[in-house]
Amino acid sequence: MIYMDHAATTPVDERVVKAMLPYLSEKYGNPSSLYGLAQEARKAMEDARAKIAGLINAKPEEIIFTSGGTESDNLALKGVALASKKKHIITSSIEHHAVLKTCEWLEKHGFKVTYLPVDRYGLVKVEDVEKAITKDTALISIMHANNEIGTIEPVEEVGKIAEEHEIYFHTDAVQSVGKIPVDVEKMNINLLSISSHKIYGPKGVGALYIRRGTRIEALQHGGGHERKLRSGTENVSGIVGFGKAAEIARQEMLSETERLSKLRDRLIEGALKIENSWLNGHPTKRLPNNAHLCFKFIEGESLILELDFNGIAAGTGSACSSRSLEPSHVLTAIGLRPEETHGSLRFTLGRSNTDKDVEQVLSVLPGIVERFRAISPFKKDFREYESALLKEHHSSGVD
Amino acid sequence: MYSDKLIEHFRNPKNMGRMENPDGVGKAGNPVCGDVMYLYIKVKDNKIDDIKFETFGCAAAIGTSSMITEMARGKTLEEAMKISKQDVEGELGGLPPIKRHCSNLAADTLRKAIEDYLSKKKK
Ligand SMILES: Cc1ncc(COP(=O)(O)O)c(C=O)c1O
Ligand code: FES
Repeated sequence: MIYMDHAATTPVDERVVKAMLPYLSEKYGNPSSLYGLAQEARKAMEDARAKIAGLINAKPEEIIFTSGGTESDNLALKGVALASKKKHIITSSIEHHAVLKTCEWLEKHGFKVTYLPVDRYGLVKVEDVEKAITKDTALISIMHANNEIGTIEPVEEVGKIAEEHEIYFHTDAVQSVGKIPVDVEKMNINLLSISSHKIYGPKGVGALYIRRGTRIEALQHGGGHERKLRSGTENVSGIVGFGKAAEIARQEMLSETERLSKLRDRLIEGALKIENSWLNGHPTKRLPNNAHLCFKFIEGESLILELDFNGIAAGTGSACSSRSLEPSHVLTAIGLRPEETHGSLRFTLGRSNTDKDVEQVLSVLPGIVERFRAISPFKKDFREYESALLKEHHSSGVD
Repeated sequence: MYSDKLIEHFRNPKNMGRMENPDGVGKAGNPVCGDVMYLYIKVKDNKIDDIKFETFGCAAAIGTSSMITEMARGKTLEEAMKISKQDVEGELGGLPPIKRHCSNLAADTLRKAIEDYLSKKKK
């Protein structure tokens, strides 16, 4: 199988598995205990913390382990909101649901949230961030790179503005860490979310970077683990694996970025030879492994299934969205019409992918698109789309 | 998530494409998800003699489209009119819950194509 859905998750690197195994068997100590067995676990965990800190230029004590990107986003937003007297949050309309749904929850609990629009490439305008700031703004949360269309946001500029106004800045860097350089000092970041399973580590582990001195409340209370910010006996084997994954990512990032960018560009160039297709996201400010394409007149789910039958695993966007029928909020935010959002396909490349894989995709994709276009009533334009959808519909029963 | 029979119809759809000079045309859109289907029929001796579909939609929409054309072909207009979404779903061995609405398209377009034929005949 050709796996091209690395934004959804990545396979666990063999070196990571090897590093984890002892902590699933003989090295089972609870890091909070005092004897040697336990201290061995604690040391491994602290090594991992240092490796993750190293990947983003943070200090080890600024890393809090969580259960993943979702928890990190929740802790960052709710934790800062609850610790602040201010009641306003600024975010973007293309954040991951881990941020958006958390913001919606905060709105129900007395907070005001500004959702900034993006341009057609998915970029937040730095001026918009500044204009949205009020005396009551507690937090700005803008993602580093978008998980669907791969656009890289101007976080360094946003960080500067946040610092000038003395407002905390959180960034969801789940998709960018390990793929492009992330430096919390240079980018003026107060809080940053990372997830292990996106960087060839195990699932269910993540981290939140919290700059020293940041006022934040814990959401999970108990034995006071993780500097009282996240109680619960640590997922030692997972954390060790996450640390190893971070170490490998740091060593291999530069060469891998260059290799993947070339494969990505070849994939995009080849796919765009198909008529009535286009690239979503920014042409250059994009993740090195992301090719997000739209094909007019056909529908993404059919494409994904048919690619799967051809031994290729690709995504339509957020993995969560494959459970819902709503058009992607990201594609809507960049201005695509509903019928245009349908035919989207996301390839996200990774370590296992080669030139041959890209050529294989390009050899089957045109035929698949053509086959579904032959089934589609729309061939040249969507002119009749609205009338077919709205006026003619009598029994729109949903069950 | 889909039954083997649905996948079979999705991968090798029967009766797909546009029809020249159909006797009746039905079209329906699904406001839930935005998918659209067209269905064309030719009628002879009060029976569905030929039938074709075009669908802009998910795998379930394509599969149910193909299925209903097979079910309707050769039936009298009265019999075809009675084919319900439940019949199509049953024939396919069920649909996943989030995809239950997809069979609306097929049942709606078939009924509308027959109504279209009948109203044209009156004129
Ligand atoms: C941008 C972004 N944020 C957060 C998450 C959630 O991370 P996790 O799956 O570790 O909870 C994801 C993963 O899909 C993501 O892409
Ligand atoms: S999701 Fe639209 S008809 Fe199936």
